[in-house]
Amino acid sequence: MTPLVEMKDISIAFGGVQAVNRVSIDLYPGEVVGLLGHNGAGKSTLIKILSGAYKADSGEIRVDGKPVSITSPRDARAAGIETIYQTLALADNLDATANLFLGREIVTGTGMLNDAKMEAETRKIMARLNPNFRKLQEPVSALSGGQRQSVAIARAVYFNARILIMDEPTAALGVHETKMVADLIQELKAQGLGIFLISHDTREMMELCDRVSVMKNGELIATERVEDVTEDDILSMIIMGKKPEKAA
Amino acid sequence: MTDTTTAQAAPKRSLTKTLELDTRLLGMIGAFAAVCIVFNLMTGGQFLTPRNIFNLTIQTVSVAIMATGMVFVIVTRHIDLSVGSVLATCSAIMAMTQTVVLPEGLGLGLGHPLTPWLTIIVGVIAGAVIGGFHGWLVGYMGIPAFIVTLGGLLVWRNIAWYITNGQTIGPLDPTFQNFGGIGGTLGSTGSWIVAALATAAAVAALFSARRNKVAHGQTPKPLWAELTMSGIIAAAIFGFVGILNAYQVPERVLERDFAARGETMPDGFTAAYGLPISVLLLAAIAIAMTVIAKRTRLGRYIFATGGNPDAAALSGIDTRFLTVKVFAIMGVLCALSAVVASARLSFHSNDIGTLDELRVIAAAVIGGTALAGGIGTIHGAILGALIMQSLQSGMAMVGVDAPFQNIVVGAVLVLAVLIDIIYRKRTGG
Ligand SMILES: Nc1ncnc2c1ncn2[C@@H]1O[C@H](COP(=O)(O)OP(=O)(O)OP(=O)(O)O)[C@@H](O)[C@H]1O
Ligand SMILES: [Mg+2]
Repeated sequence: MTPLVEMKDISIAFGGVQAVNRVSIDLYPGEVVGLLGHNGAGKSTLIKILSGAYKADSGEIRVDGKPVSITSPRDARAAGIETIYQTLALADNLDATANLFLGREIVTGTGMLNDAKMEAETRKIMARLNPNFRKLQEPVSALSGGQRQSVAIARAVYFNARILIMDEPTAALGVHETKMVADLIQELKAQGLGIFLISHDTREMMELCDRVSVMKNGELIATERVEDVTEDDILSMIIMGKKPEKAA
Repeated sequence: MTDTTTAQAAPKRSLTKTLELDTRLLGMIGAFAAVCIVFNLMTGGQFLTPRNIFNLTIQTVSVAIMATGMVFVIVTRHIDLSVGSVLATCSAIMAMTQTVVLPEGLGLGLGHPLTPWLTIIVGVIAGAVIGGFHGWLVGYMGIPAFIVTLGGLLVWRNIAWYITNGQTIGPLDPTFQNFGGIGGTLGSTGSWIVAALATAAAVAALFSARRNKVAHGQTPKPLWAELTMSGIIAAAIFGFVGILNAYQVPERVLERDFAARGETMPDGFTAAYGLPISVLLLAAIAIAMTVIAKRTRLGRYIFATGGNPDAAALSGIDTRFLTVKVFAIMGVLCALSAVVASARLSFHSNDIGTLDELRVIAAAVIGGTALAGGIGTIHGAILGALIMQSLQSGMAMVGVDAPFQNIVVGAVLVLAVLIDIIYRKRTGG
C-alpha cells in the first residue's frame, strides 16, 4: 500500500534556529500518527510545512506516492489536507458559518454569497459532530473552547479532507469535550482518513495513535508502533532523545 | 440530543431582537436626533428647516462617500491619513482634464456631452492607481499604513499643487457641476419617483432574503416584523424626500431661469429642488459598498482578515493582494468625492479636501468601526458623517468660533472611541 503522505528529509531554519532537521515521516489511510516532543521540538513547524503555512528549505512531500509542491494553504487544501491549528485559526468576529466556509464560500449564480445555503449546511454538519451546538449566528468569540474546536473540525470534515492535521486539538478543552474529539478521531479514522495528531498527553496518544514519532531539537528521534513500546519508553525518548534499548 | 429540541423552543426575545435591529445603530440615531433637537432649540427652529436639512445633506456627501471606504481600511486594521490629499490630487487631475487636456488634446470643450464622463473616468483611474500603490506599499512591502499614508498626506497635497501650478481652476463643465449639489437636483416629481422605486426595491430585497431563508429551512422573522421594517423604511425614504421637496427654489432664481430661456414665469409658479444628484450617488455607493461587505467574497475576506489576519491567510486568502484592493477602493472613492466636492464649489482650489482625513476617520469611528479591526458597517459610517457635519454646521449657525468648533470636533472623536470601548466591554462584542 502506498502511504497517503510521505515527508522526506524535511528541513527548515528560522534565522539561526534549525527548527526541523532532516525529518522523514509518513502516514497511511485510516491511520493516526502522533507527534510528540518537548516545547519547541519542531512539531508545529513540521506540520505547518505540510499545511502550506511554511515552505521547507529542503526535502520532498509526496501525496499518494506522487511528489507535490505545497507553497500555500490553498495548495494543501487542494491536495485534501486540512489543518486544525494549535492557535485555533478562526476569525473571532465572524460566525461559525462564515468560519467554516472561509476561503471556500458557496456563491449563487450571480457570484453573491449564499449565506442561507451555507448556514443550512453548517447546521447539518454540526448536528452530526456536536448536537448541542446552536450558536450559529453569533461571532465565534462568544463560543467556548470546545465549541470553537468543533467549528474547526467541522471545517475539515465538511470539505472531505483525506489528510487531517490536528495540532493539540484538546489542549484547551474540558474532559467531556476531549472525549468528544477523541470519538471523532476514531470515527474519521474508520472512514479512512489519515490523521497527524500532536499532543503533550502521552497517555492519550497511546490510546489514539497507531504510531508515534518523537522529536527533539528539530530532529526525529524515532517512530514506533504503539503496541511495541510502553508509555515509559516514550517518555524517556522525549526526555533523553534516545531510542529505548529493546529487550531482545 | 433530547434536550436540544426543548432548548430551541421559543426563547423569550426582545422587540429589537425580533426586528433584528442593531441596538448600536439605534444609539447612533438617538445621538443624531439629540444633536438636531438641541441645535434646533438653540437656533430658534432654524436648524430643522427644509433649507438647512438640504444644505446639511449636500455638505455631508463628500465625507460620507470616503467614510464608506475608510470602513474597509480600518476593518482590515489599517488607516488612511491621505484621503484629503488624494481627493485634492484627483480633483486637480479632473480639473485639468476638462479645462485643458480635453479641449486642447481632443478638441472637446466645456459643455461637450463627453467631457464630464471622460473626466470622471480619468479621475477614478487616478484614484485607483494612487490607492492601489498605497496598498502595494502596505501589503507587499510591509510598510505600516500609518506611515505610507502620512507620507501620502504631504506628497499628494503638493502633487496637486504642481498639477495646477497652484492655481484655482474653474469654472468646471456645467454637467460635471451637476454632481455637486444645489445645481443638480431632480425636482419634485423626479424625487417622488425615486422614493417610490427605492422603497419598492428595499421591500423586495427584504422579502427575497426571507424567501431564501425559508427555502433553506430556516425560521424567518415573524411576518409582522418584516412588515414593520418595510413600513419604517418607506417612512424614512418618503419622509426624507418630502423634506427635501419642501425646500422651494427662491422666486428670483426661477425668474432668472425663465428669463434665460426667453420666457416669462407664470404667476404663482413654484418649484422644489428635490433630491440632489450627489445624494443619489452616495446612495448608490452605499448600496454597492454594503453589497460588497455583506454579500461578496471580497467583503467576507476583508472582515475575516480584520478579525484574524493569520486565520485568513491560513484559509488561503491572499491578504497582501486584499490590502491592495482595499486601498484601491479607498482611492476610487476619494476620486468620486473629488467629483462631488469640486462640482459643489464649481472650481478646483488648492485647499480642497483639507482636514478631510480627520472628518472621514471620525465619521467611520463614530459610526461604529472598531480601530482594532474586524468590525464596522457602511450605514454606520454614513450616519457618523452626518453627525459630524450636523455638529459642525450647528455650531456655525449658533455662532461658535471656528477654533472652538475644531476643538469640539476633535474632542468628539476621542469621546466616540471611548464610548465605543466601554460599549464593547459591556456587550462583550
Ligand atoms: N515563525 C517562526 N520564526 C522563528 N522561529 C520559529 C518560528 N516558528 C517556530 N520557530 C522556532 O522553531 C522551533 C520549533 O517550534 P515549534 O512551534 O515547531 O515547536 P513545537 O514542537 O510545536 O512546540 P510546542 O509543543 O510548544 O507547540 C522553536 O525553537 C521556535 O522558537
Ligand atoms: Mg506546537
